Amino acid sequence: MIITLPWLKEHLKTKANENEIIDRLTNIGLEVEGIKENSGELGEFKIAKIIKAEKHPNADKLKVCDVNIGGKKILKVVCGAPNARDGLVTIYAPPGAVIPKTKFQLKVVKIRGVESRGMLCSESELNLSNESAGIIELKNKEKDIGKSYFKRKSEKVIDISITPNRPDCLGIRGIARDLSSSGIGKLMPLKKKKFNQNTKHLIKTSITKDPNQGCLTFGSCYIKDITNKESPEWLKNKLLALGLKPISAVVDITNYVMFDLNRPLHAYDADKIDKEIIVRDSKEGEEFEGLDNNKYKLKKGMCVIADRSSVLGLGGIIGGTKTSTEFETKNLLLESAYFLPGSIRKTARELAIDTDAKYRFERGIDPNFVIEGLEIATELILRICGGQASKFFVSGKSTKKNNTIKFEIDKFKNLIGIPININEAQKILLSLGFKSKKNKKDLKIEVPSWRPDINQDVDIIEELIRIKGFNNIKLIEPERRRDQETLNFKQKLFHLSQRSLASKGYMETVTWSFTDSKIDKQFSKGEKEISILNPISSDLDVLRRSIFSNLAIHLKKNQDRGYEDLSLFEIGPTFFGKNPGEQQIVVGALKSGKVGRKSWIEKERNVDVFDIKSDAVKSLIELGISEQNLFVSDNTKHCYHPGRSGSITLKSENGPHLAYFGEIHPAIIKKLDFKEPNIYGLEIFLKNIPEPNKKIRQTKKSFQASDFQKSERDFAFVIDKSFKIGFLEKIIKEIDSSIIQNVTTFDVYEGENIPKDKKSVAINVTLQSVEKTLNEKDLDLISKKIIEVVKEKTGAIIRS
Amino acid sequence: MSDLEKINSIFKDKINSVKTKEELQSIKTEFFGKNGQITLQFKKLGSLKPEEKKDFASKLNKIKESLSYQIEQKNFAIENQEINKKLQHEKIDVTLPVRPYHHGKIHPVSQVIDEISSIFSEIGFSVAEGPDVESEYNNFTALNTPEEHPARDMHDTFYLEKNKKLLLRTHTSPVQIRTMLNGKPPFKIIVPGRTYRCDSDQTHAPMFHQLEGLHIDKNVTMGHLKGCLDYFIKEFFEVKNVKMRFRPSHFPFTEPSAEVDIGYKIENEKIVIGDGDKWLEILGCGMVHPNVLKNVKVDPKKYQGFAFGMGIDRLAMLKYGINDLRSFFEADYRWLSHFGFDPLDVPTNYRGLSK
Repeated sequence: MIITLPWLKEHLKTKANENEIIDRLTNIGLEVEGIKENSGELGEFKIAKIIKAEKHPNADKLKVCDVNIGGKKILKVVCGAPNARDGLVTIYAPPGAVIPKTKFQLKVVKIRGVESRGMLCSESELNLSNESAGIIELKNKEKDIGKSYFKRKSEKVIDISITPNRPDCLGIRGIARDLSSSGIGKLMPLKKKKFNQNTKHLIKTSITKDPNQGCLTFGSCYIKDITNKESPEWLKNKLLALGLKPISAVVDITNYVMFDLNRPLHAYDADKIDKEIIVRDSKEGEEFEGLDNNKYKLKKGMCVIADRSSVLGLGGIIGGTKTSTEFETKNLLLESAYFLPGSIRKTARELAIDTDAKYRFERGIDPNFVIEGLEIATELILRICGGQASKFFVSGKSTKKNNTIKFEIDKFKNLIGIPININEAQKILLSLGFKSKKNKKDLKIEVPSWRPDINQDVDIIEELIRIKGFNNIKLIEPERRRDQETLNFKQKLFHLSQRSLASKGYMETVTWSFTDSKIDKQFSKGEKEISILNPISSDLDVLRRSIFSNLAIHLKKNQDRGYEDLSLFEIGPTFFGKNPGEQQIVVGALKSGKVGRKSWIEKERNVDVFDIKSDAVKSLIELGISEQNLFVSDNTKHCYHPGRSGSITLKSENGPHLAYFGEIHPAIIKKLDFKEPNIYGLEIFLKNIPEPNKKIRQTKKSFQASDFQKSERDFAFVIDKSFKIGFLEKIIKEIDSSIIQNVTTFDVYEGENIPKDKKSVAINVTLQSVEKTLNEKDLDLISKKIIEVVKEKTGAIIRS
Repeated sequence: MSDLEKINSIFKDKINSVKTKEELQSIKTEFFGKNGQITLQFKKLGSLKPEEKKDFASKLNKIKESLSYQIEQKNFAIENQEINKKLQHEKIDVTLPVRPYHHGKIHPVSQVIDEISSIFSEIGFSVAEGPDVESEYNNFTALNTPEEHPARDMHDTFYLEKNKKLLLRTHTSPVQIRTMLNGKPPFKIIVPGRTYRCDSDQTHAPMFHQLEGLHIDKNVTMGHLKGCLDYFIKEFFEVKNVKMRFRPSHFPFTEPSAEVDIGYKIENEKIVIGDGDKWLEILGCGMVHPNVLKNVKVDPKKYQGFAFGMGIDRLAMLKYGINDLRSFFEADYRWLSHFGFDPLDVPTNYRGLSK
């Protein structure tokens, strides 16, 4: 909502200056979004007089004018306007000025050999109207020569953000009322001028009882024999200040009343109405052309204003071209109606129309201001355009009974924390237009008809504290105490996994929960796509089903910037359905390029599956799962290289799925065209990490360290090539966990001296007892057992 | 000159000229060997008279200790010399770079969420969460924003279905609804999370992060709300005082509603929070609307409280001097490296929130 201070002051008697008013607006909830210098740039446009206008020596249609721009200063200006003549007072733009219409900056130029210092302006060039036939002719302005034409040079327009609950402040008077309530001035009474209403109302109006009827009241006045024309300067200036284009006196007056009093109106050319006005539900498929020159095809049940033959307009939203007023319009039907907010909103949304009237009606305007609005506008039309007015005719309800609220004054203190005196409350309410009756501890409050937002106690409390001032609320220091845990188990995992991955050299990213369906498809085969109905762009059209989709996009972008050895991760939701809750938190990481690239000391090598496996395993251990409970297998999924990836499950192959790791499938790498194609990824599924039912300290075994010598033995087994060494280590460990402390593979060999379908595995076993130092005999015994068990369970033979 | 003094003086001459360990060894033998000069003197002890014996023995022992000490010192000196000589050939250029490593970082949003959680933890809030996809009911209707309410226009909503029943949550407020429907008062939660609006330009991203706060109990007033926010702002920006202004505003789910501005100034082209004559809008808040409480089956006659919401990304931008909101989500390695946090910097109360 844009206002100007002079306009505001027509309703508010105040001595407050601009800054005080601006501060106060913000303090009472009418947030000032910005202050624009409306005519600041136009200050250069001066009132000037043509002393002498002579024909241009080299051009028939041009004139060379001696222009007095104030004092004794006279300049030569070349002008093409037919009406440029001696003695004309008009508007002069100096070199350097920017013409509002063309945004063109003037310079001193020679026009056909004659130097012109500036320009004389038409109304159209100054965006005052569409009049472009000649330069502006100002009457009675001789004494103002030399002054800026746009007088209110320092006038500012104030842009106020009106919250949706305050339709009453969509008119300047409403804002004045709020300001007066806050004590910054006095709200002036509305002036009403009397006029005769002698002519006959020639258009019958009615509101049907259709099921969706969105109109409660339809008031109108028939005005005959008007002379529609351009609005007078004061009215034009008012509208221009708000950034509106003056059209004609009739239309300008309806707009003026809307912005002044928040009372939208509509004027019909009465002669174009087919006999009568019927406010009714639209029929399916009915059409009409709006004043915005769009053709609208209506659905059933929209509130339309119609005559006998067709739809004339959408009530409260937009009028139609069929009955639009023009300069030639002689007889008017002026409408002041009340439409239901819900009906307006539904229709406007379905047809995607936004107008100033719609904006107001859908928020709820004053239903009891129909007649007064009509009076004010009619009087203005008669004054400016002449004509004779009929009596008002009102179809439907003429008034709505005001709501009442019984408000216990203590409720204020209970909610706000500070008390309010009942008299103070009554005073504030009265200044906002609420009448109230005082009892001992409560007020019986009548809510004014322009405040549809006030329905219950809290609404009253808000009004009181808003005007009393939020700064009067006493601050209560919070108590430093904690009765509940801050984070639950899953939340702790979330935070821990972030730091776990970052500590392994990965950069944390936060990417959008939606992604490009073309990329997402690569990583989430066979699952159903989750499309967004109205995506922000076609490459962000689905919710991501894989944590890799965006990571891959960003990895590629980083590679394209010239970074090849990258580690990125994100922890966030992936989606497996479109219903709330069909999502899970996944830790995803991608690692690309080489280790030790261009290092003087390290041997350069590609990142490999054991780098990513190591990160996955370490992270899972950090997340609280002990290493022996990590079951690694080569079960994998389609987005990974089938031979260089695996998964980790809890305790056994069928345990909860903790993670995937491995090389990203080369086909995907190729499709996405990565510069550095060596890319590995891991995914950890936090939801499958079990919450221990006891703290570690409760389950930890007591500390026991053996003081006896430890021994090591190496074994070399020849085993089936396909046998998984992870299982072999496990088999050995389980042989005697009291003595076998550690098992580790230190060599795998295939080739010469080994049968083709076999491989040789070298394993180091650490042996230690808590009871004694193991002697040769003991060691031989356990070694023998290891060899036997391994042979029995895997068929492996010890190499001699 | 006594025998002992002679021995001492000979030793001195000899040891001074020693250069190698071999020479030192031969001196050691000469004085302390089987027939060494000191050894011989000890042998003499037995033949002395008792009155001379004591005095002589004491002198002899002193000399013995002195000579042994000198040999030992000489040995150290020679060894040191040898080591130093060897080390002269072992010089490495330590200005060469270390083994390559990647320094991982925590995203500013994550860091700030940790900071916020730590701050609210102190005054007893716990963290609640909800899904990113929400029902139209939880996101709007239950929050006192029925279908025909113009406030819905303020949220540019992503929908998943034509009938607009499923959407990406436009704020974290639906978690209020979920939390209250699933529990019993009192409620004291914060909700950091992803939120979505289909709006995208320099200052808007289609996804951003919000922090919701909710405190419902029997006597929670707007004074508590003010105190809670004052505490939070001071802790978060790590300043002693903060100029704070509550401005009346409107949110369908709170009444009264307010927007909160904090004072700031620009110093050396950097924003300084807390002081100054400029105002910065930082959050929206208010007392939970009775209609919302009714919708979640909490009796508004018995319970009341406050709620607030703020932009986490914006808080991060203000605190850490980040200019561009969209850069948060672009995963540029250089940006992450520049604005990211060391994983060891876990915000805590006792060590301070930030370095």
